[in-house]
Amino acid sequence: MDYAFDFALVVETFPILMRGFVVTLELWLPSLAIGLAGGLVLALARLSHSRVLRGGSLVYIELFRDTPVLIQLIWFYYAFPILIGVQLSPFTAALLALALNTSAYGAEIFRGGIQSIARGQWEGAKALGMRHADVLRRIVLPQVFKLMLPAFTNRAVEVAKMSSLASVLSVHELMYQGRLLSSTYYRPFEILTTVAVVYFVLIYPATFLSMTLERRMAGKG
Amino acid sequence: MPDTTRPPILQVSGLHKWFGTLHVLQGIDFSVAAGERVAIIGGSGSGKSTFLRCLNFMEMPTAGRIALDGTPLGRASAGKPDEVRYPESELCRVRERVGMVFQQFNLFPHMTVLENAMEGLVTVKRMKKAEARERALRELDKVGLGGKTDVYPGRLSGGQQQRVAIARALAMEPEILLFDEPTSSLDPELVGEVLRVIRQLAEEGRTMLLVTHELGFAYHFATKVIFLADGVFHEVGTPDEVLKHPKQERTRAFLERFTEFSF
Amino acid sequence: MNYQWDFSPVLTRWPLLLDGLFNTVKIAAIAIVFGVLVGLVLALLRLSPRRSLRLPAAVFVEFYRNTPPIVHFFWFFYALPVVLNISLDPLVAAVLALSTQSGAFYAEVFRGGIRSIERGQWEGAKALGMSHTQLMRRIVVPQAATRMVAPFVERSFELIKTTALASTLAYGELLYQAMMVNSETFRPLETYTAVALLYLVLLVSCSALARAAEARLTAYR
Repeated sequence: MDYAFDFALVVETFPILMRGFVVTLELWLPSLAIGLAGGLVLALARLSHSRVLRGGSLVYIELFRDTPVLIQLIWFYYAFPILIGVQLSPFTAALLALALNTSAYGAEIFRGGIQSIARGQWEGAKALGMRHADVLRRIVLPQVFKLMLPAFTNRAVEVAKMSSLASVLSVHELMYQGRLLSSTYYRPFEILTTVAVVYFVLIYPATFLSMTLERRMAGKG
Repeated sequence: MPDTTRPPILQVSGLHKWFGTLHVLQGIDFSVAAGERVAIIGGSGSGKSTFLRCLNFMEMPTAGRIALDGTPLGRASAGKPDEVRYPESELCRVRERVGMVFQQFNLFPHMTVLENAMEGLVTVKRMKKAEARERALRELDKVGLGGKTDVYPGRLSGGQQQRVAIARALAMEPEILLFDEPTSSLDPELVGEVLRVIRQLAEEGRTMLLVTHELGFAYHFATKVIFLADGVFHEVGTPDEVLKHPKQERTRAFLERFTEFSF
Repeated sequence: MNYQWDFSPVLTRWPLLLDGLFNTVKIAAIAIVFGVLVGLVLALLRLSPRRSLRLPAAVFVEFYRNTPPIVHFFWFFYALPVVLNISLDPLVAAVLALSTQSGAFYAEVFRGGIRSIERGQWEGAKALGMSHTQLMRRIVVPQAATRMVAPFVERSFELIKTTALASTLAYGELLYQAMMVNSETFRPLETYTAVALLYLVLLVSCSALARAAEARLTAYR
């Protein structure tokens, strides 16, 4: 194999890739934040006394967890606008899809966390006369956030990876720029390998953080 | 009674064990005659478990030689007597002859009591299943668990599990039995049933080494008591000598902490 | 909402969609099989006492875990052929990408299962005189296997969803066929909703099947 790796091209096109990287960040961070916030609301719905809320949130969660993300992105860009009568930009559609998807996964994380807080804690707090909402706010959720930190960082990793699918909707994030540059310069190996490395550099710290957190928590027990 | 007419069944010379920069065993010379019952006592971190575990190579000695029935174990390189290699096959043969009972029992949860007792015979000694079953049942009966053959360890009490572990070790018909704090993980009311079994084995004249905190039991059980401190044998003697009339100040200080036991 | 839903153009094209569904299942099955092989090799390498074997395997696994799947798809289809001076069929490229990806994740499932067997089991077996192979065969693997079933199923579930990315390589799995149908019917709402539901049915059935299998496999003590 006497393929000559064209480093010069990588250097030359790097700024364009970085522009894509910025858009990736613009997709990733907001959808993660909105998604997790929404996830908390959904989790509470899943745990509510109302059958309608429980059932509705279950259907929502299963819809997002049991279908490929790519079709969710496509649906929100091509199908959803027809329903609401408003055309969405590719970026908006992608952000919407990713945020809603994250909320479904986030809901399961929160639900698992809330349910894992020992019964004794609820009883101890209630015995003091606390209302349900106060118990949640003061006792349960603070512990849940801490416990679920590894799961949340995992989710962050997954959402970062999902952002690359927005390229299919022609959102000008990193993968899109990578594809464009590959075909423009006919050097897919250099460009795509660089894109992979950039994603790795972005995502690995989150994975590392998650592993460290998990280990730290296992230690404290 | 210990057999002093034959060569020692187990002989340890110059045993050193390092864990990184920690010098846990600092040069131990030791021998056991057939039929001897040795109790090893000492504080936590003294190295008593490490010492016991070197005898069946659960821990690999950093330096020193161990001989079983007069034959040194392992192969030293020609010019370097300190570098001893222990091929896996040799270690496996040693462990068939030197059995061990662990503090945490280490029974196999995916096998029944009977299967646990048979496992060594079937897999290591390659015995026929029928013969293995017979032998296993015999040992299980001896420890009082012949009626629980089809039960899974998870359903047994700690004392019962430890007795199964003893039966599993006995089934291999080892020449020496090592007990690594066999009752330390048990609730107090379950300790007795395990000690009873160990006493029974003592009456059969088996060669046994027991690391334990049960000083009262050690007094009645052992023919020789060793107090291990700072990685060496600080005091060695009969139970009377070491436990009732210790010569060393360190031994006295250690024993003082165990004021509740009675001889 | 005064949109007229009309599923009929989509429904008349059901053979296309069925074909797509079949290809989805086909590519998933092939990738799972190869993925298991890759995963076993990687797990063995990662568990090896030799650093020269452990390190490359660890790098491989971490790289796949921290880069988006779509990058792998494009890399195998566009980048690798350029270097090796060959051309790859979309199916082959997709299978390569999926197998190596899932292989990396399966490796972690296998490795995690083995490592979860506590030291005491290893010692109990060694103390009886068992060799390393006997120990693995009789004590560690049987216990590890039951613990690996759930995470393995979870990973395979993700794999089935990831097959949708093969549509970007113009491989005729379900999402690709959906895009074809849409380009003929010009009814994205009905098309993509129908296909999303098809995916849902597929994945929920797989999930139910998996749970039944799991229950039987781990119905032990």
